Amino acid sequence: MALTCIVALLFCTLAPPGDVAARDVPNDEGGKIVVTWTRSPDPSVVSYRVLRQAEGAAEWDTLGIAGRLASRYFDEEAPNGTRYRYKVVAEADTLHGESETSGYAQAAPQWFNTGRIPTMIGAAIIFLIFLYTFERARRGAKMFIRRIAGLDAVEEALGRATEMGRPTLYVPGLSSIDDVATIASLNILGEVAKKTAKFGTPLIVPNRDPIVYTVAREVVKESYAAVGRPDAFNPDSVFYVTDQQFAYAAAVDGIMLREKPATNFLIGMFWAESLILAETGAISGAVQIAGTDAVSQLPFFITACDYTLIGEELYAASAYISREPLRLGAIKGQDYNKLVILALMLGGTLLALAANIRITDVL
Amino acid sequence: MSLSPDPWVWIAAILTLAVFSFLYRENPFYRAAEHLFVGVSNGYFITFTWHRILVPSLIDPVGHGQKLWLIAVAFVGALYFTRFIPKISWLVRIPIAIFLGYGSGMSLLRSIEAGIIEQVKATVVTRAMFANWQTGLWAIIILIGVICTVTYFFFSAERKGVLKPVSYAGIVFVMVGFGASFGYTVMARISLFIGRLQFLLGDWLGLIR
Repeated sequence: MALTCIVALLFCTLAPPGDVAARDVPNDEGGKIVVTWTRSPDPSVVSYRVLRQAEGAAEWDTLGIAGRLASRYFDEEAPNGTRYRYKVVAEADTLHGESETSGYAQAAPQWFNTGRIPTMIGAAIIFLIFLYTFERARRGAKMFIRRIAGLDAVEEALGRATEMGRPTLYVPGLSSIDDVATIASLNILGEVAKKTAKFGTPLIVPNRDPIVYTVAREVVKESYAAVGRPDAFNPDSVFYVTDQQFAYAAAVDGIMLREKPATNFLIGMFWAESLILAETGAISGAVQIAGTDAVSQLPFFITACDYTLIGEELYAASAYISREPLRLGAIKGQDYNKLVILALMLGGTLLALAANIRITDVL
Repeated sequence: MSLSPDPWVWIAAILTLAVFSFLYRENPFYRAAEHLFVGVSNGYFITFTWHRILVPSLIDPVGHGQKLWLIAVAFVGALYFTRFIPKISWLVRIPIAIFLGYGSGMSLLRSIEAGIIEQVKATVVTRAMFANWQTGLWAIIILIGVICTVTYFFFSAERKGVLKPVSYAGIVFVMVGFGASFGYTVMARISLFIGRLQFLLGDWLGLIR
């Protein structure tokens, strides 16, 4: 009997994983501990069972199972301030090998995410550049801005709608308000609405996002007031359609063919509905000006629309149309920021090739 | 040919054909399908928002006396409805301002991290890339492409001198990228169309298996 036990102990165990350590996951909101180990040298290991014991508790609980190639496990159910220690058990069928116990660790939230220091520095540089260009614009420095064909066509397209006595359709994209393209689109909508108010052209703005709808309505209302035509603002011209992507596309297609707008603006963030909208607009005979920073949708707009604002041109559009000095200052700031980015890429490449210094490690 | 006995398949097939009729022209069948689609999706959206967002995230915890600070958030959200009361409709600007601030702040971080830092990291050419001459060559082409493309998007400088050929090369790179993307996406769209045809010819009419 004793011999059987000795044989079992000798042959029914696996080499255990080593160096088991536990520590709080850094730069997070708390509640997580990471357990690390060096894998068992035994090739027959199938998985690792991670066990956890709270300080003062008698029992060990199974936390989870990691694959044979794993060497860490995230305990995502560790309340902040409770101390835990861990063991890792290598397993293969009926065999197992239990590691030493790790030291105690406790989860804690961090106020500052040190992993985002490069982002903070980048944001600071961007802001400083913008402050500089805004200040220059405020002092009346002349700001040159090159021709953007799609934006030159805005006035002409709105004039066409006025002459034809047909409305203008403005689709502010399908994304939410936290999308840069949506914010850019709402800025452009403000300028377009000022012009439709001046010309007396009806404006139709169907919306997919309820929040964007509320903002778009205020933007249009303010634009009409800004050019002295608050009476001309039609509250029903800006409306919510539906949140469902293709139902929205179907509704806008219907509007394009029923209301026959002379000019369609498709500006903002778009997904798979882009070609459906642009193609229907082309069939309806409208002049179409599109703009998005969605790289996969731009080809469709380029194919089916008369003018397309490509990516960055979308962000420059409101400044280009309004010619307001401060907005032009923002364009200048964007250009300086692009120069910084180019310098980073070229400098990083030179450093990497000449001195084998990797800028990617710093960033 | 074995027609489906399932009434839901029939409804789906008729609605699919109604939507496809748009290819001919805007017509009452399409209009009916469009309005039904918009109505049903709005009904679904309201139900979803109530059962999956408002009840579990607001009503349940507040009803049980937990997370009472959510009442303040809900109050700010409810200000959206003030636009129906002309006298206090200006209050709608408060949640709009909060949301725009939130949106700008959130997108700023994302833009810097994903749009600048990660792009710079991916574009920098390193010695390791020359372990294989093809990857080295592609890395250099990508670097040149990015420089030319960024140059194309300079707005405050006139396109003359060195900027002219470089920005021209930039738009060529952009168009090559768009061409590839166009082909790839058209392929995906055709597969969606094939899926609908399979439904009509298989699930509905039983002509194909």
